[in-house]
Amino acid sequence: MEILNEIKFVMPSLSVNESTARAVVSSFLTQADPTVEELSDIRTAVSEAVTNAIVHGYRHKKGNIELTVRLMPKREVYIKIRDKGCGIPDIKKAMEPLFTTAPEEERSGLGFSVMESFMDKLTVKSHVEQGTTVIMRKRLAVHGN
Amino acid sequence: MKIDIKSSDGHAVAVLSGEIDHHNAKEIRSQLDKYIITVQPSELTMDFSNITFMDSSGIGLIMGRSKLMRECGGSLEVRDPQPYIRRVLKLAGMERIVKIT
Repeated sequence: MEILNEIKFVMPSLSVNESTARAVVSSFLTQADPTVEELSDIRTAVSEAVTNAIVHGYRHKKGNIELTVRLMPKREVYIKIRDKGCGIPDIKKAMEPLFTTAPEEERSGLGFSVMESFMDKLTVKSHVEQGTTVIMRKRLAVHGN
Repeated sequence: MKIDIKSSDGHAVAVLSGEIDHHNAKEIRSQLDKYIITVQPSELTMDFSNITFMDSSGIGLIMGRSKLMRECGGSLEVRDPQPYIRRVLKLAGMERIVKIT
């Protein structure tokens, strides 16, 4: 499908980059003039996915996280967040609400639930010792003029 | 991220300002836990009116402080979160765990 515009942003798995990723996505999406609520939803979902990559994907090592944001026809936003970390052995289990492998860090186990609720579509692909790719899509409303 | 804690008659109000994510939740947790353990207020209000962003890291933060307050014989309230933060709280079923006003 035609891509109207795209950015790719690579950052090391430092927790300070959770806000960096949100800022990059917000800045890029300004051109699509999303509503405050739409932008909040997308920023929150991106924050969850990037945090998962840092806390779980690169739990025992450091690595890079690749963020891709695309503007597609019909005001669809496509977001891909990819890490080359430890991968998820059981995606179905990991996506269950309240499931977490890091309770000592007060992780609530709601990351995927938030992504699913705040975006229209969520796809997770993962291979153990190879990494995880999260793809999220959201259609922005047509508004104003 | 900024925390301003004021106390009166055993009721403490922690006014949080900025964004709550995994990165800065650690600092908030550390400051609040230190205060709770030292002062042992009977009631702690986390004032969210100046919080501009929160993801599910905030849920863990609230649940952990709620547990600590209960262990110290007190209770926790979350005050004035923005509408979209209320959606995150609702998704987590937080209204069943802490008082949200």
